[in-house]
Amino acid sequence: MGCGTSSVKDTRSEQVLKAALVIQNWYRGYSTRLKARQRYALTIFQSIEYADEQGQLQLSNFFSFMLENYAHIHEKDPEIVARLFGSTIQDYKDRQDYVAFVDVPNSYNGPRLQFPLTFTDIDLLVDAFKQQQILHARYVLEVLFETKKVLKQMPNFTHVKTSPSKEITICGDLHGKLDDLLLIFYKNGLPSGSNSYIFNGDFVDRGRNSIEILMILFVSFLVYPNDLHLNRGNHEDFMMNLRYGFTKEILCKYKIHGKQILQILEDVYTWLPIGTIIDNEILVIHGGISESTDLNLLHHVERHKMKSVLMPPTPLDGDPDTNLKKKKFNATVLPREVKTSTSLSEQLTKHEWEQVIDILWSDPRGKRGCYPNTSRGGGCYFGPDITSKVLNRYQLKMLIRSHECKPEGYEICHDGKVITIFSASNYYEEGSNRGAYIKLSFGMAPRFFQYQVTRTTCLRPLYQRVNAIESSAIRILRERIIAQKTDLIHAFQLQDRSKSGKLSMSQWAFSMENILGLNLPWRSLSSRLVTTDTNGDIDYMSSFQDIHIQKPVKEAQSTLIETLYRYRSDLQIIFNVIDSDHSGLISVEEFRSMWKLFNSHYNIHIDDFQIDELAERMDLNKDGSIDFNEFLKAFHVVHKLDKLNKSGSGLL
Amino acid sequence: ITVAEFHKKIKDAFEVFDHEANNTVDVREIGTIIRSLGCCPSEGELHDLIAEVEEEEPTGYIRFEKFLPVMTEVLLERRYRPIPEDILLRAFEVLDPSKRGFLLKEELIKYMTEEGEPFSQEEMEEMLSAAIDPESNSVHYKDYIAMMVIDES
Repeated sequence: MGCGTSSVKDTRSEQVLKAALVIQNWYRGYSTRLKARQRYALTIFQSIEYADEQGQLQLSNFFSFMLENYAHIHEKDPEIVARLFGSTIQDYKDRQDYVAFVDVPNSYNGPRLQFPLTFTDIDLLVDAFKQQQILHARYVLEVLFETKKVLKQMPNFTHVKTSPSKEITICGDLHGKLDDLLLIFYKNGLPSGSNSYIFNGDFVDRGRNSIEILMILFVSFLVYPNDLHLNRGNHEDFMMNLRYGFTKEILCKYKIHGKQILQILEDVYTWLPIGTIIDNEILVIHGGISESTDLNLLHHVERHKMKSVLMPPTPLDGDPDTNLKKKKFNATVLPREVKTSTSLSEQLTKHEWEQVIDILWSDPRGKRGCYPNTSRGGGCYFGPDITSKVLNRYQLKMLIRSHECKPEGYEICHDGKVITIFSASNYYEEGSNRGAYIKLSFGMAPRFFQYQVTRTTCLRPLYQRVNAIESSAIRILRERIIAQKTDLIHAFQLQDRSKSGKLSMSQWAFSMENILGLNLPWRSLSSRLVTTDTNGDIDYMSSFQDIHIQKPVKEAQSTLIETLYRYRSDLQIIFNVIDSDHSGLISVEEFRSMWKLFNSHYNIHIDDFQIDELAERMDLNKDGSIDFNEFLKAFHVVHKLDKLNKSGSGLL
Repeated sequence: ITVAEFHKKIKDAFEVFDHEANNTVDVREIGTIIRSLGCCPSEGELHDLIAEVEEEEPTGYIRFEKFLPVMTEVLLERRYRPIPEDILLRAFEVLDPSKRGFLLKEELIKYMTEEGEPFSQEEMEEMLSAAIDPESNSVHYKDYIAMMVIDES
């Protein structure tokens, strides 16, 4: 079949047939190449996302290390220890007392809630948020207070029954994307006594409207506590919020009362149920399971003691298992003498804690067995045999979970026993994926509904959408590359014996994967990242050409700049924890000692005096304090092509 | 380019679609993988290739061990080369005998969905969204081809 060279002898219809074949063949090739590019872009986003999550675990180890070595922190400032090990705020009995200090001025034009809440309040909020209004802090605090009160009475697992006339709708991760929630309500109706919903965790972080989503969900929950079910996700965790954007969103939208809101939110999270069981046969949880998942234990565990994934229970007298597990993840072991304000009765046992982590963090995979989840750094990978074993153990038929972004919004695996449902469309970038929800009832096969939020009224052509997400993915990948420039060049030069500036594709791909720690199809991506000569050899310095990190201070060395850029998320979190009054300032002295610890724990080889110099310069008004948000903002990556575009002299 | 390099290239492309990380991919993704490696088989040729890499009793999954040797040969023999621009242009010209320089939307739909290896509705809509100039409701094929070629390079 072929390339359509018509001969004179062909009839007209034969010519038309051949021509059509050529065009169809070409188009299909083009279209699948577009889809492959889209898939590559998603792989990039996902690898980087999971690598970041692993960074979270390092951070947790750093906190332990900090407590161990930064002895005078908890003498001078017991609040830091309390912050890290969690302490409950004073328990008010009455909502009115709790919000007594917050007034709603007459000039406030936003929605006003009325307690006890009714369905009109749900409508009110949805309409107000559609118009991008912000709910007053007083109402936020009231809703959170009431939500905590009601959640406390809920068991760890809610048992739900369905029938053909009463289906239930299950939604996955929303991650602060209000448009998706509104689209779901538009297609499927608002929650009510006859329209039940389960929201399976990860309501917050990453998107811009996490607080609005929480408010809609919590208000709906307060109005219909038996029909609106909320499961805790791994992002319903104040430590995760510090890194992934929700804390920042709150502090921006609620400058005066943000801190109070964050405090009570920490508590509300811990009272969210662990999961839902439908008709005694379907288990709905956020992440997954492990081979040792014990539903009986999980039914009885005191779930509110699970403060954060980054705060494992402190080990008891030389508990060998804890020490072993911590060694596996390169953690340090706290000495027995460390005083904390938390007594042992306020913690879960190590075994209980791990059970909950598995539920919130695990991912299904095709490989049989159960393995530590190395890309996320928490929970495990579980195979189809594990699924069968655990489901059989409790006479369950199916597991519905979320936690992973899927291009079609959902995915079925493990012989139909595991469904992943993900409800944040365009999660990584506009056009990256669809969102979906499930409707089911007892005895009927689950039905899937997909959607994708678009900014414009008509969908852009596929090639434009793919170009957009591909550019975005390549862009963040290049930022990763530049952040490791020195290490990469070093690795390249080791292999480039003849000092030609060139490497083979294999050599280049090997170093990229090794240094960056990202499992990506480097050969297929090479054309976007680096220039190749006619022999097929790679000019390895070409990946650093169009991009550099802006130096906040001219004299600072590039290794220092790169390191600070690489760890800026971690530094942000640590600063936020130290800056307990959320003033945005830390003292130069605190910065220095903090950095010294960071330095030694992460094994970074930066001279102390370089940091000292940098700190001096960052203290712009010489008053002994650093505005660390300014400090971190100063390290941003400059894409040369952006500059060209801005000045209008470059046409792309 | 050595055989080992081909192997690595094929492995990379395969892994992107191996969602469960168990060295198998859904048979419906094979076309995408083959095309992402730069080949342009027709639907019929694709069918034959799939038959070569499937299990004796089709499982819906293709294993890497079977895919690799077949795909390596395809690459080594430079089979299913992409269609050159001028051939593509001539094909459009065959469908436009009066040499207007464009095809009407209805004409394109008719040819693509009734001749050759017909498009599905989804494929047709996808092609139309980028190809059709909404003002004239037609596709100016010379411009269209030029645009697609730029986008790919």
